[in-house]
Amino acid sequence: MLVFLASEVMLFGGIFAAALALRLEHESAYGAAAHHLNLWLGTANTAVLLTSSLMAAIAVQAARDGKPAWAARALWAAVLLGCVFLAIKGAEYAGDLREGLMPGTAQAHFEGTTQHLFMNLYFIGTGLHAVHVTIGLGLLVVAALNRQARHDQHAVLIGNVALYWHLVDVVWVFLYPTLYLAGAR
Amino acid sequence: MNAVLRRVLVWAALMVLLAITLGAAFLPLGAARPWIAYGIATAKAALILWFFMELRREGGLVRLAAIAGFVWLTILFTLTAADYLTRFWTG
Repeated sequence: MLVFLASEVMLFGGIFAAALALRLEHESAYGAAAHHLNLWLGTANTAVLLTSSLMAAIAVQAARDGKPAWAARALWAAVLLGCVFLAIKGAEYAGDLREGLMPGTAQAHFEGTTQHLFMNLYFIGTGLHAVHVTIGLGLLVVAALNRQARHDQHAVLIGNVALYWHLVDVVWVFLYPTLYLAGAR
Repeated sequence: MNAVLRRVLVWAALMVLLAITLGAAFLPLGAARPWIAYGIATAKAALILWFFMELRREGGLVRLAAIAGFVWLTILFTLTAADYLTRFWTG
């Protein structure tokens, strides 16, 4: 699982490298472009995802302690928080669309090439991340519904699903300063 | 320490780091700002990897597998930055 996750790190790494290059070349325009994002929604989503990770970690411990009911509760809590994350992200995308910040749409208008590239990166980065959140949610639901997994005191399935979920969290932890904090002023 | 309590404390530490990084983003720290933001992000990732992903329970080989991707990324970022940061050096 960890080796697979390392390949995921490299997958997102390309996006971070592109962001680094853009920021080094056009520092002030990068900050100005990031300023158009909703910092507060990004911050709320960071808190939501970190809490969801806590729930996944508790689920692993509960399964190990032979408390299948608590493992299931913690997994469902993680699922619920993951859904909240996607809902906030969806509301944010809707706002971006209204403000003409979504590349490829009719109402899109940018202050310059850097903002256009930044918004491309923002949608590729957060979009790919949202796909991972969706896959993670599916895995969490499978683990929560699987009776055998809940009763497995080695927590093999729940443990691996939690590992995936934590990595999705780690990716967001780095997307947050790259996209949102860069625009704070 | 109770295993669940330890996870809750790690979560509390993550929330404190989030508050600090948000606050620091509004301070006039100039060129240090991205360093602080990414420093705190790295600290958060380390907490997640060490406690939530349970690398503290694993041996050296497993830890190595977990950070291998990050090590290669460091090389990617260093060489990318080495290019862009030296382009204005005229020969």
